[in-house]
Parts: sequence; C-alpha cells; structure tokens
Amino acid sequence: MASVNQREKNSQPKSNKKLVIRLLWLVVAAAVFGFALVPLYNVLCSVTGLNGKTNNTADLSKTVVDKNRLVTVEFTSTVMPGLGWDFYPQQNRITVHPGQVETVNFLAKNVTNQPVVGQAVPSVSPGQASLYFKKIECFCFQHQELKPGESKVMPLRFYVSPSLPQNIGTVTLSYAFYSVNK
Amino acid sequence: MSSQATVHHDHHDDHHPTGIMRWLTTTNHKDIGTMYLVFSLIMFLLGGIMILGVRAELFQPGLQLVKPEFFNQLIGVHALIMIFAALMPAATGFANWMLPLQIGAPDMALPRLNNWGFWLLPPAAILLTLPFTLALFGIGDGAIATGWTFYAPLSVQGGIGVDFAIFAVHLLGVSSVLGSINVIVTILNMRAPGMTLMKMPMFAWSWLVTAFLLIATIPVLAGAVTMLLTDRHFGTHFFDAAGGGDPILFQHLFWFFGHPEVYIVLLPVWGFMPQILQTFSRKPMYGYKAQVYSLWAIGILALVVWAHHFFTVGMPVPALLYFMYSTMSISLPLAVLFFCWIATIWKGSLTFETPMLFAIGWIVLFGIGGLTGLVLADVAADAQYHHTYFVVAHFHYTLFAGGIMGIMAGVYYWLPKMTGHMFSERLGKLHFWLTAISFNLTFIPQFFLGLAGMPRRIPDYALQFAEFNMISSCAAFVLGLSQLIFVYNIISCVRGGKKATNKVWEGAEGLEWTLSSPPPYHSFTEQPVVK
Repeated sequence: MASVNQREKNSQPKSNKKLVIRLLWLVVAAAVFGFALVPLYNVLCSVTGLNGKTNNTADLSKTVVDKNRLVTVEFTSTVMPGLGWDFYPQQNRITVHPGQVETVNFLAKNVTNQPVVGQAVPSVSPGQASLYFKKIECFCFQHQELKPGESKVMPLRFYVSPSLPQNIGTVTLSYAFYSVNK
Repeated sequence: MSSQATVHHDHHDDHHPTGIMRWLTTTNHKDIGTMYLVFSLIMFLLGGIMILGVRAELFQPGLQLVKPEFFNQLIGVHALIMIFAALMPAATGFANWMLPLQIGAPDMALPRLNNWGFWLLPPAAILLTLPFTLALFGIGDGAIATGWTFYAPLSVQGGIGVDFAIFAVHLLGVSSVLGSINVIVTILNMRAPGMTLMKMPMFAWSWLVTAFLLIATIPVLAGAVTMLLTDRHFGTHFFDAAGGGDPILFQHLFWFFGHPEVYIVLLPVWGFMPQILQTFSRKPMYGYKAQVYSLWAIGILALVVWAHHFFTVGMPVPALLYFMYSTMSISLPLAVLFFCWIATIWKGSLTFETPMLFAIGWIVLFGIGGLTGLVLADVAADAQYHHTYFVVAHFHYTLFAGGIMGIMAGVYYWLPKMTGHMFSERLGKLHFWLTAISFNLTFIPQFFLGLAGMPRRIPDYALQFAEFNMISSCAAFVLGLSQLIFVYNIISCVRGGKKATNKVWEGAEGLEWTLSSPPPYHSFTEQPVVK
C-alpha cells in the first residue's frame, strides 16, 4: 500500500503539469476566439446587413425604376455629445419608387464660437434594408467643417434598390453626427 | 488509514505560521475554502447594503435619498459584487473545502495557485468599491454607473469608475480561471483509487462542468473589457460607431460570457443539492446518470443561447427564432434535473432540518425562476417584458433563490462538518422562514410591476407603481435584516456549541462524512479505496 502510494506521489506532479498546460492552451484558445469574434461579426454584418451599416457603393447603370411599388424612407438625426451643432433633415419622410434617385437636404449649423469638424455616421433600420439603401452622394462620405455660426445645406442623393425585400415598406435612415477631435 | 502514516506525512507541514501569516501563506484547501466563504459572506452583506439603499430610494416615487448618478452606481456595483464577489467565491469556497474531502484527495492539486487565486479577490473587491470613496474626496465621479453589463457606448463615455471595474473584472477573471484549472486537475487526477468518473459525487461533476464553462467564457469577457479599455484610452473603435465600430458587438461579446455565467453560479448548487436531498430523504439519489448528462447538456447549451438577453436590439427573424428555440430547449435537461430532485425525495422518510428546509424552498422558488425565464425566452413576450422589473424579479428568483438560498442550504449542511459544532436549529429555521417569506414579498410585487411596464434601473417611477414598490422595499429590509441571524448563527457555531458527530446527519452519504468533525488539518494522506 505504502509503495503504491509513494509511486503515485511521484507521478502525480508530472501528470498534473501536463494537464495544467493543456488547460492553459484552452484559456488561450478562448481568448483568441473572443478577439476573433470582432472580424467574424463584421463579416457576418456586411453579408447580412445585421447592424444597419450602409457601406455599399451605388451602381446606377443597372438600376431600373420599379413604378409599381412605393417605399417610404424616413430620416432622423442625432447630434452626439461634444458637437455643438444643430442638425436636422429638411423633410422627415419621403415616398419613392425603388430605383428612383432622390435628393434630400439636411441642415447643419455650428452654434459654437469656434470651428468644429464633424463626421456623420449612417445607420439603416431595419438592418436587412441596409443592403438595399444606395447612396450616390452624401455629406457622410467625408468630414464636414463649419466655421463659428456657419450654416450649411448638406445634400444626400440616394435610391432604394428595386431588389428590396417585398415585406419591407418603410426604411429609416438615421444619422449620428460625431465631433472629430483633431 | 494508520495514525503512524498520518504523522509521517504531516511532519513537514507542522510548523505552519500562525496569525495573519497563516492565512496569507496557507496552501491548505480547508483554510483557503474558509477564506473564500468568509469573503463571500462579507461581500454578500456589502452588496445587500447597497441594494437596500436602492430599495430605500424606491420606497416612494420621486427622488428623496440619493442622486440618480449614485443610484446607477449602486445597482451596477451591487450586481457585480453579488455575482463576482459573493456567489462565485462561495461556490469556489465549497469546491475548496469539499471536493478534496468528497473525492478522497489530500488537498487540491495546485495548492500555491489556490492561495494566489484567493488573494486576487480582495484587491478586486477594493477596486470595485474604491471609486465610491475617491468621489468623497473629489476624485472622479464615483463607481461604475452603467449597470453590471458595461454596455457600450455608455461605458466608453463613463468616468474612472469604469476603469476600476474593468481592472477588477480582470483580476476576478484571472482568479476564476486559476480556480477552474485547479478544480479540473484535482477532479481528473486526484480521485481516490476506485472512484471512477461515474462514481464521483454529483458536486464534483457539476464543478467539472462549471470549470470548463469558466475557461471557455472568462477569457472572452476579459477580451471584451480590454477592448472597452482601449476604446476609452487608446483610440481604438471596437464599440464606437463614429470610428466604424459597433456597440451591439459589445452586447454579443458580453453575453457570450454573461449567459454561461448564470449557469456557472448555479451549477455548483445543482451539484450538492441532490446530496442534501438524499441525506434528509434517507434514500439514494434518483437518476444519477440522467443528472450527469443533464448537467453537461445544460453546460453546452449555455454557450450558444446568449443573444436572448438582447432580443430587442433588432435582429433578423431567423436569428430571433434560433435564439428563442435554443434557449427554450435548455428547459428540457433542466426539467430532467427537477424531476430527479423531486423523485429523490419522493416517498423518502423526510425530516426537515434547516438544510432540508432551504433545499425544498430552493426547489420551489428556483422553479418559479426557471418558468418565468421560459416566458422571457419567448421573443414576442420579451418585447413587452424586456428591461422591466419582470426581468429583475426573474433573475432574483434564479440567482437569489436558486443561487444564494442554495448556497445557504450548503452552508447549513456542511457547517457542522467544517466547525465541529452544531448550529442553532431554532435560529436556522427562523432564518429560513424569514428569508423565504420576505424574499417572495420583495420580488412577487416586482413581477406585477414589470407586467405593468415599470422599467428597471430608473430611480423614479410613475405613481401607479407606488404600492407595489412600498411592499417590495419593506420586505427587502426584512430580507436584509434576516441575514444577520444567519451571520450570528455561523459565528456562534464557529465559537462553540453541541459537538457534531462524524456523520452529522443521520442519512449522510459520502467520503467527507467518514472524517472527524472538524476534519483534521491534513486529511486523506492515505487515500481511501472506493469500491
């Protein structure tokens, strides 16, 4: 009995060490998986439009206007903390045929006494519709700078792709304007 | 086990230091288990005091006692403390104390790591609560005020409390991962000869599942809060929409950890509860194999259902359906467990000592927690209940009744074994009834409040919610004060009382009951042979 016990005592630490190392690898794998979820999520989103990001470049040449269908497009705007602007769309909603190119103006005014640079970030709801919302020209494509007290009309030219799923009748486009600290 | 062999193996540890150095340097599983349990009890009281501040504010509509910012800090830190510093350390404390005794091992497999794992906890608790004190001296604006979930972008914008909480989570995470590695190695390598896996006590099985869940999910949480930290201070944009990030990504990362976390705190309870039930029913555990398989099934399913915590963020319908059905499917193995627990006491010769009272109360109340969870898992119903007091009541039925009352059953069950003295049955029963009744009076009104649409995490509410909130607050104070009976009972049991026998309870089964009460400082230096 005693000798069996002695033998176990000697072999124990070694096999413990092996198991500990394996488990540590498991920890590392879990950590890597956690970080890998970031690109995986982005890929998933760009394929499915899950998070409402609109990163599509418009290709006008192939677009046919679908006169038999009407889609309501709504606009909302948010000024994020730290950006001293007024910012709102000139019209809250518009009804368009899929494929029809429209222009909507947003108004921005710097109400502070110093020049401010901002960046608008768009988001489309429902998320699935983001794949079918095509922007031709947008103030969100680059940074916008406003001098103290300056107002600016910011146009958005867009169309809704005719392949928008039939069950979606209303698309909401939301802009959040962030300040760009330089 | 010959006494000579014991003396021989003991001699090199005889000169262990006394006083504070004993606790700082100890590698003994019983000492470390005791420290975990004491730490957990202190944190349980601290987290309780915080939430009583919240309930006092919610006693009446309007803002009376605390500022909304401080209210937000209280709810978030209450949750972080209760989950990470009370429930998890209590489970780890039991693992330290009881696993080696139950599987016939002389100690945990990695004793020094074990010591370190514990001593990471007090600094983490200090990090969590320090911002409260710093704010008094005008440094920062208090503790983390985002709720325990750290949701971005609020947490990206928050004050230094968020940074403190991030580092606290890092420390707590390291501690749990070390603890898990230790548990797995102990269970797989240190069992007594003859104890095959399928002869292990249920508590060992449940901790094995728990430990694997911790290893799979804690690193993801650590990664998520690290991304938060770099977003806050180092110019990354993981969760910042302005830089192309996505706040919803944080919710996915957080709940990939957060949902298994629920099972991490509950599984150890599901492990020792059948042992308590069989002891006081005086008949063998029903469905051992079915329970083992169910524990694993729940552990695996827990990893793939996380998004039901944020059904309302706007997910495609197929994703909603997947997360709804997978979440609901967890109720199947859980129903198997409930069936086994009830079948274990079915037609047994029951006696109702304090641990058994807690165990039976636990089955009923945890059952309510489980069933209301099934309601929340329904996508259509969740749209109404999401972020209301219905959710608050639901997870307190699972985590307070299912978690803490379960832990209390374990404390009463093993306290005589750990201290060598019997506790006061009279006070124990009083504690149970006060706890069970005031718990229900606290949280049943919250179900109604949630159904009526009262949002959670808001310090003020509409007048129509006043009566239920008043009942809930009064009962919460009774619930909080009743815990002082628990504390008194434990302290007086440690200091003395009727000597406990080795077996303590008439129907107790298992290796821990073959040792003296309290067990010797070094036990099973000769491993017992299990047939």
